[in-house]
Amino acid sequence: MKKVFQSAYLAFIFLFLYIPIIVLVVYSFNTSRFSTNWQGFTLDWYRVLFTDGPLMEAFANSLIIALSSSTIATVLGTLGAFAFYRYRFLGRRVMYSFVYVLMMSPDIVMGISLLMFFITIGLSVGATTLLLAHVTFCLPFVMVTVYARISGFDRHIIDVAKDLGASELQMFRHVMLPMLMPAIIAGWLLSFTLSLDDVIVSFFTTGPSFEILPLKIYSMVRLGIKPEINALSAVMFLVSLLTVTIAHFFFAKENK
Amino acid sequence: MTKGSRFRNFAIGSPMLWIAVFVVVPYLIVVLFSFLTRDPQGIVSWTLTLENYREIFSPVFLKVCRNSLVLALGTTALTLLLAYPFAYILTRIDENIRRFLLVLMIIPFWTSSLIRTYALIILFKANGLLNTFLLSTGLISEPLSILYTETAVFIGLVYTLLPFMILPLYASLLKLDRRFMEAARDLGATSRHVFFHIVLPLTLPGIIAGSTMVFLPALGLFYIPDLLGGARSMLIGNFIKNQFLTTGHWPLGSAASVVLTMLMVMLLVWFFISTRRAHSGDMEAVR
Repeated sequence: MKKVFQSAYLAFIFLFLYIPIIVLVVYSFNTSRFSTNWQGFTLDWYRVLFTDGPLMEAFANSLIIALSSSTIATVLGTLGAFAFYRYRFLGRRVMYSFVYVLMMSPDIVMGISLLMFFITIGLSVGATTLLLAHVTFCLPFVMVTVYARISGFDRHIIDVAKDLGASELQMFRHVMLPMLMPAIIAGWLLSFTLSLDDVIVSFFTTGPSFEILPLKIYSMVRLGIKPEINALSAVMFLVSLLTVTIAHFFFAKENK
Repeated sequence: MTKGSRFRNFAIGSPMLWIAVFVVVPYLIVVLFSFLTRDPQGIVSWTLTLENYREIFSPVFLKVCRNSLVLALGTTALTLLLAYPFAYILTRIDENIRRFLLVLMIIPFWTSSLIRTYALIILFKANGLLNTFLLSTGLISEPLSILYTETAVFIGLVYTLLPFMILPLYASLLKLDRRFMEAARDLGATSRHVFFHIVLPLTLPGIIAGSTMVFLPALGLFYIPDLLGGARSMLIGNFIKNQFLTTGHWPLGSAASVVLTMLMVMLLVWFFISTRRAHSGDMEAVR
């Protein structure tokens, strides 16, 4: 009896989480434009979507920003996690707590602080500022992911490498990097999704000269529901689904 | 300089410099602006003042805040109530099924909140699926108008933020040592006792982490009321956004951001204290 109740509860929460998404995906194939009735299967909305020039451009922009910002954040974050683990330096503890604060800090505060910063230094908002902003909010997530793995390492590995005559750089490249790879990839994937999905920070740090998908969707949805947005949302959900699956594969490998 | 120390400086320097330039400096600018005076001609004038903070703690503004705070607290409470039993049951499930369910749980966490909010609009529309379903079952005779109400915003916040409550709770319940519960039960504790005196204190860090991850975004996610609620339901996030984009009152928006940040720092400090306490609790129990 208890088992049944527990399974029912799990099912209830999963249904709550998934029904809206499933409905969205199903409706993206519905022939009817406005009605909620099912009027037959169609791929028209996907065709409309993929021939919509501005939308595809925003999608390309989003991909470029997500790919480059997550790569930069991963390089910096991996170096940072290694530095926290290996070296003692002035301000280490302060910086370490700052990384956590940064990770938890409300998006809106980060958005307006970067906006004010860019205006102060005279940088007009666009692709560059957006890239800088995205690297900034992805950085702590990579650091924490990589640091979680590195802090589980046996410190003797470093001693062995050093005894055998490796320089710091060689030790980092040939010993640390291969061992950290699953965490680095997981951190990259997390950054990629964060960047692709971000609305709030981007809202303040890019302008009309450089439109990205989430902001485009935001302004379209404010004007009303369109079936091509259903299709677009379904595509974006599929991207998340793929990323999670790949990330899960690496996490699972890491845990073995 | 040797090659080793050059690499050392690079490894420390590049990420730290990034954080200094793009996090510390911008935050300092926000703090500075929060003490400046608004200038109708330009953006600000360089007169130091506490006026912005006085305005934030004035009854008029607190009224605006109260709505947002109540909504955020309600969201935190409901997500906690929904997520705790869920995470608890999940930790007790057979390993093989759990692996699969874990992936199912993480997918919404990684899916754009904007898209998940949009999905709710489709569900809530007057001729949307929810109304069609309820009408067909005969539970209601007229379509409910959920969209563009405070209820829609509340459901939207709970729906988008629930995964952020589940994950920390799950992580903290997974670490829970079953032997404490068995020992307590052997010593004659009732289930209620075991829960309130052992399970709850030991998972408090997870509860605080989850609550922080739900409460703060629930104050700031301005696009949820923009899309789901009419003009009336305003979050602190909408207020800050408006100060920068419509009203042009940067100092007031900055002061509100500083207050929001202080709130976060307080929650984080509470989290670290409770984590330490939960750990020392571990030690005592072992002894």
